[in-house]
Amino acid sequence: MFTSIIFILILSGATIVFYRKVRKITRSIKLGKDITINNNKLLRWKRVLFIAIGQQKMMQRPVAALMHVFVYAGFIIVNIEMCEILIDGIAGTHRLFSFFGGFYGFMVSIFEFFAITVMFGCAIFLIRRNVIRIRRFWNKEMTLWPRSDANIILITELLLMSAILIMNATDSILQTRPDSHYTQVGSFMISSIIQPVFSGLPSSSLIIIERFCWWFHIIGVLTFLNYIPYSKHFHVFLAFPNVYYSKLFPAGEMANMPSITKEVRLMLEENYSGQDDDNEEVTFGAKTIKDLTWKHLMDAYTCTECGRCTSSCPANITGKKLSPRKIVMDTRDNLEEIADKLFNKKSSEKDDEKNTRSLFDFISAEELWACTTCNACTYECPANIDPLAIILEMRRYLVLEESAAPGPLNIVFSNIENNGAPWQFSHEDRMKWAKDIYMNGKTETKGKCSGYS
Amino acid sequence: MEKQKQKVNVPVIADLFAKGEKPEYLFWVGSAGAFDDRYKNVTRAFVKILTCLGVSYAVLGTEESSTGDVARRAGNEMLFQMQAMMNIEILNGYEVKKIITCDPHAYNTFKNEYPQFDGNYQVIHHTQFLKEQIEAGNLKVRTDIFDKKIITYHDPCYLGRANGEYAAPRKVLDFIPSEKIEMKRNKSDALCCGAGGGQMFKEAEKGDKEIFIERTEEALATGADVIATACPYCMTMITDGLKYKDKNDVVKNYDIAEIVALSFGI
Repeated sequence: MFTSIIFILILSGATIVFYRKVRKITRSIKLGKDITINNNKLLRWKRVLFIAIGQQKMMQRPVAALMHVFVYAGFIIVNIEMCEILIDGIAGTHRLFSFFGGFYGFMVSIFEFFAITVMFGCAIFLIRRNVIRIRRFWNKEMTLWPRSDANIILITELLLMSAILIMNATDSILQTRPDSHYTQVGSFMISSIIQPVFSGLPSSSLIIIERFCWWFHIIGVLTFLNYIPYSKHFHVFLAFPNVYYSKLFPAGEMANMPSITKEVRLMLEENYSGQDDDNEEVTFGAKTIKDLTWKHLMDAYTCTECGRCTSSCPANITGKKLSPRKIVMDTRDNLEEIADKLFNKKSSEKDDEKNTRSLFDFISAEELWACTTCNACTYECPANIDPLAIILEMRRYLVLEESAAPGPLNIVFSNIENNGAPWQFSHEDRMKWAKDIYMNGKTETKGKCSGYS
Repeated sequence: MEKQKQKVNVPVIADLFAKGEKPEYLFWVGSAGAFDDRYKNVTRAFVKILTCLGVSYAVLGTEESSTGDVARRAGNEMLFQMQAMMNIEILNGYEVKKIITCDPHAYNTFKNEYPQFDGNYQVIHHTQFLKEQIEAGNLKVRTDIFDKKIITYHDPCYLGRANGEYAAPRKVLDFIPSEKIEMKRNKSDALCCGAGGGQMFKEAEKGDKEIFIERTEEALATGADVIATACPYCMTMITDGLKYKDKNDVVKNYDIAEIVALSFGI
């Protein structure tokens, strides 16, 4: 009874804290500009099925993909056991589902198998990050916190899985001891292997270990749950909606700016009567996170900092400062900072919003102008994050609001404006190439061409 | 077979319209196609093919202007939209329905971005057009100019990743008797030439290396004799890369239109 109350208190506490943080993130995302994304629902669900649930884009790097499937599938399956743990905790029962008999033992053995795949995956991931030191985990933006974050996640998962296995091993031994009253369900596939480690211990010690592991696991899971929203690990939740709302093909299309269209139509069309409804000031492009759309901000919270984008970015590969991952990480850091100020302070203090930093305090013009808009980053991202869109919105701000394009591009702009080409050539010379062209071929019949050797 | 040199006349749409004629295709030459010395040769090669096939086409000539792709990607949305609206007005004035272009950037802009301003056209990249013509048997192979050559194809970002067209240029090359080899990074993994998004017109930011050199080295590593491209920017970058690596005498950089024209003896 007493333990049930403790359990219920811990569980409710953890749930409330988690809910509050998630609500704060939701509010942060909604700080972005409102856009409606609801077209082509069927295709969007299909992409959720293939890209998010099916991990399709992970497969471009097969080793990492396989390990990720181990951890991802394993973690989901192992946590089916959470149902029993939660009910046991609330009701004060022990292995409530054991009345299933042999099937119960079979299921727990399956869970144990997946616990091992999770541990294997995590171990390989730790080795890749810390021993092999794969380059994309050590780029400049991978400072102490992002590197530690990844290790904390992997080690936590290793510990949680170990707790389950030790708990099951000691439980199985206790079932055979006449002085304890553990429900008879038999040994399980994996934990039976480590039983000999504990078989020499007296029942009292075994009960302490078993109970400790049970509590360690559930408190660990609840703590981890509350760690996730502060970590890159939040992708376990956001990857699904983020893929759903991600841009549909073709990747080459840039988002339109209707505010500019209005201005251009006013300039070009004499009898254009655009609605004069909104007098609010619009910023062209993005200076702060509020100039980005909520989807860009969701991108920022979805990023798990795997660095596939950066490792395929031509600018980054050739040593430029630009790193698409950094763009996304910076957006999130800036957003968190602003959200903290906005949500945690009293409304009277909101006016020091002016003192908050902008995206440009995190991202330099040098990074933005190094982008070739090649779409390698958007193609690579397993969660369909679009770093390119943020880069382009920030370029728009630099050019449209600050007239701060690099000199040579300003020349290109004036050339296009004056003579319709990025180079300084006259309109009149546009047909010079067409003079004196001779060919060897001849038209056989209309639509058929025959050349000569 | 004796050579018959035939002069190619490039029809201008305004002239056809004055005569009450309407071409089936508008061939969008592009600023690079009209002004870049190297790429002019690609434009010429392509109009030779169009002429030889007897395709009903015309160009805008002096009425053509920048699509605004560079302006948009360099952040100047105002300039881009002005270009887009002016171009759409001209294109619609001539009742253009189908546009062919050798420039993947123009292709992408017409296909994906002009519809944002009610400019709706059927847009065809020249590699897609060539693929269809060759598959239909409308061009006959007469030369063995690439017979003993190894060709590697560099995917332009705005044809490949931006629009998912990896097959058409490769299918065209498959018709050319020659050996084909892929670079390590190809199709969706292809490395950019380094010129998109305005980079063509400015110095690169500080780094360890130029992107075009990285890509050229990758192409050279295949041992190919010919690097095939299908984009004016890619051509400038790869050609520069070959010069930088001092390989421009041994390894050639051709656009797919040129390879077809050469191979078919046009």
